[in-house]
Amino acid sequence: MDARRAPRAVIDPKVRKVGFFAPPDPIPLNISPSVNSLSPVMIPPPRHSSENLNINTRYSVTSPSGEESIAISSSSSELFPPPISPAPSSRIVAGDGGGIAASSFPRGGFDVTAVKASIGVPVCKLTTVSVVNADSLAIDEREKADKGGGSAMEVKDQAMNSKQKKEKSSKAERRDLQEAQRAAKAAVKAEGNKPSGSVTSVNLKSAKAAKPPQKVDNTSIAASEKKGGDRPSEKDRKKDVPHPRLQYDDKSRVEKAKRRAVVNQTEARNRVELFRHLPQYEHGSQLPDLEAKFFQIDPVHPSVYKVGLQYLSGDISGGNARCIAMLQAFQDAIKDYAVPPEKTLVRDLTAKISSYVSFLIECRPLSISMGNAIRFLKSRITKLPPTLSESESKTSLQSDIEHFINEKIILANKVIVNHAVTKIRDGDVLLTYGSSSAVEMILLHAHELGKQFRVVVVDSRPRLQGKVLLRRLVEKGLSCTYTHVNAVSYIMHEVTRVFLGASSVLSNGTVYSGVGTACVAMVAHVYHVPVIVCCEAYKFHERVQLDSICSNELGDPDVISKVPGREDVNLLDAWANTENLQLLNLMYDATPSDYVSMIVTDYGMIPPTSVPVVVREYSREQVWM
Amino acid sequence: MEGEGSAMEKNPKISAYYQTRLAHFGVVSSEWLAQAQSATNPIPSSSTNTYPDNESNFSVIDEFNRWRNHPDLAEAVAAIRALAAVISSSKASTMMQLEIELKNASDSLKAWDTTSISLTAASDLFMRYVTRTSALEFEDFHSAKSRLIERADKFGEISYKARKIIAMLSQDFIFDGCTILVHGFSRVVFEVLKLAAHNKKRFRVFCTEGRPDRSGLRLSNELAKLDVPVKLVIDSAVAYTMDEVNMVLVGADGVVESGGIINMMGTYQIALVANSMNKPVYVAAESYKFARHYPLDQKDLAPALRPVDFGVPIPSKVEVECSARDYTPPQYLTLLFTDLGVLTPSVVSDELIQLYL
Repeated sequence: MDARRAPRAVIDPKVRKVGFFAPPDPIPLNISPSVNSLSPVMIPPPRHSSENLNINTRYSVTSPSGEESIAISSSSSELFPPPISPAPSSRIVAGDGGGIAASSFPRGGFDVTAVKASIGVPVCKLTTVSVVNADSLAIDEREKADKGGGSAMEVKDQAMNSKQKKEKSSKAERRDLQEAQRAAKAAVKAEGNKPSGSVTSVNLKSAKAAKPPQKVDNTSIAASEKKGGDRPSEKDRKKDVPHPRLQYDDKSRVEKAKRRAVVNQTEARNRVELFRHLPQYEHGSQLPDLEAKFFQIDPVHPSVYKVGLQYLSGDISGGNARCIAMLQAFQDAIKDYAVPPEKTLVRDLTAKISSYVSFLIECRPLSISMGNAIRFLKSRITKLPPTLSESESKTSLQSDIEHFINEKIILANKVIVNHAVTKIRDGDVLLTYGSSSAVEMILLHAHELGKQFRVVVVDSRPRLQGKVLLRRLVEKGLSCTYTHVNAVSYIMHEVTRVFLGASSVLSNGTVYSGVGTACVAMVAHVYHVPVIVCCEAYKFHERVQLDSICSNELGDPDVISKVPGREDVNLLDAWANTENLQLLNLMYDATPSDYVSMIVTDYGMIPPTSVPVVVREYSREQVWM
Repeated sequence: MEGEGSAMEKNPKISAYYQTRLAHFGVVSSEWLAQAQSATNPIPSSSTNTYPDNESNFSVIDEFNRWRNHPDLAEAVAAIRALAAVISSSKASTMMQLEIELKNASDSLKAWDTTSISLTAASDLFMRYVTRTSALEFEDFHSAKSRLIERADKFGEISYKARKIIAMLSQDFIFDGCTILVHGFSRVVFEVLKLAAHNKKRFRVFCTEGRPDRSGLRLSNELAKLDVPVKLVIDSAVAYTMDEVNMVLVGADGVVESGGIINMMGTYQIALVANSMNKPVYVAAESYKFARHYPLDQKDLAPALRPVDFGVPIPSKVEVECSARDYTPPQYLTLLFTDLGVLTPSVVSDELIQLYL
């Protein structure tokens, strides 16, 4: 189980360090695994059945992680009768020596479940752990097959380190279990059961468990027998798309995603510990690579490719702009699409869209608005009546996309502007942060209506988007003040209203927006200034997020170290070489609902507590569309 | 409309809503006398009403006034009844015509008093409720019309009975030996207390004086008739007496989309004090008072003014704050007792979304 983690030994497993710290040097291998006291944050898992204990008592170390694996397998064993007997045999297959056997020890618990998986069990969330573990094992097997001795060394190394990391990883395991479950569940929703299910089942060998929604498909020990090292890349591409919220500290999944990646991204060095679950790549390395590859990549339509490049270079930014660009690229792709012989339009087109989406994710992680739009598109595809001809289906889809853009984005903005200008009175001082398209429209419209007010634009490094907004406002004749986010508490006493844009609003009323928004909202709350968030309804999401950490986007850290226009400030130029220094450039943050007074959407003005109602109504409306 | 219009012009600073209340509970003071007289003049020249309803001689304002004269009837219910009467006496022959007529009637009612939130809200809700039925599409006109009349009557019935339902629902919250602080003379609240007294509950009531309406005096009068122990406190003594109070019970002129309420001036103050001393604040309001406003602060409301009589002449240079009502944000309210049930403030927006979507 610990093979998934990069080999980073923790000096003192009793103390789990959370936050920013540099990974210490790998400790020498002769530290005995006797430091197996429970770390303070670990909750000892309950023991269910004693039968699985027999499996593990063969091994000398009975660590909490061993208990963990027992618990995991036994919890899944509650659901199906465990056939224990085949387990030893499969373990013999898996291990071929003392060293390797030790490496398979931490995963001993899952063998049972892995065998169960081969029986062909129905989808169950609990088995995802075994899936993940088996996956890592399978990868190791493959690596063994491919690289022979070298991998044995690596596995052994991992095994040694794994022992020390057992206590630490058990908490991480629980987290990963949760993540895997959540990812699997979301994968069900995101891709729609039937299309992806049929696609993946094509790829799975028959002995495999038919678990279509699970994105990890090489589920069991049987995978090792098949030694799928030379799976054709085309099949790879057709497989489940990496979920937009793939957790990047899961090494095996990252490996898989990389193997079928179109864009070659090199992982950044010096990553912040707390944000390891988010992808971070070296910026600036992919663009020339992608440009060179343009003519070699058949599956990606040129419009989609173009949009991906624009995302990568930062030419298109902002939720609405990105969503519209993506949808228009999809429109072009659908227009040029032709159903291959012996395939159905629905399934093939869905798979193609999924591959485009995975390409776009590699360029830049999806925003929530884009995710919702993709879900919409896929649901429209699956709802196409089978009686339509190919060209009719294509035109229907194109017009659906057109409607979506018009109704949900353009018209919605108009409605929002109409509602929001009623809240602007003469003599107001309005504060806005960053550059939001909705807020800009509101301010310009209010100015057209002749209201007398002035605007304070608050900006922040490194993107300095406020400057763009400032320029546009000043051109139209509004009187503006420009300041930095450091001064927001200084200027807040003059302000009468705060208008903020949002990338998304989540079900518990949390506003997910550009980093720094939460700051501004909190300061406004303290000064009793009403905070008005303007967000189209298509950006609402039923997810709940309590902090800004579990889901975010990491930007390029180099822009933090440089100050434009001040070349003499170059103290951080060599930051990558400093081991103890990590730079963090977060793109989003989450504002709790207490700081938001009102949300203006195309459904009207609603309090933050009514967001789940809108999400419910909105999804119902989609059904009727 | 002419009569009302002229009366309105004489009293530009008094919203008609309060004029009505004045008419029903005439507290006559030196300044008010003449104004009150003209305000209570019900239908001076209805025949010369220039209500722009050319299709028929029916005047919705007439009907409205007729209903309104019952002191017990809420104004909004009178409006609903009047609008229902519009449908039944309409001579329109198509659905569109009928809807246009209804819209005109509703607009004129709203124009009669622009500051009354419950009137506007009730008219809007009535329109939504009545025209929302999908059965209107395919039936012939007469059956559709009768269905509309059915729904209108039903809505009228619900609104009329709303007070009884609310009174029933609130009984659980009044326990023996409790002390209730009441502000303003809300007929719903009075209904609640009346029913509690009738059920032989032992409680006592603190009434705030409620200047400048002196609503507290009236309420204490009524409650004393029911043998409920009443204590009058002046408005400034609310914080002083809050220790002994178990709960605060107020009515509402309107319930806004955020879940807050608009009520007589002083409610916000009392809610703040109660909140800081951890006393629950309950609001008794009918569901037709749910309005689509969303005030962000006190000044965001349409102003409703009311002259304040200090008893002594005030020098002309001195300004007087004469707003008649304030806005209490939802975080200071505990529960709303409505005919839809006992709700938390955040449910108001849910109900409105479901109705207006």
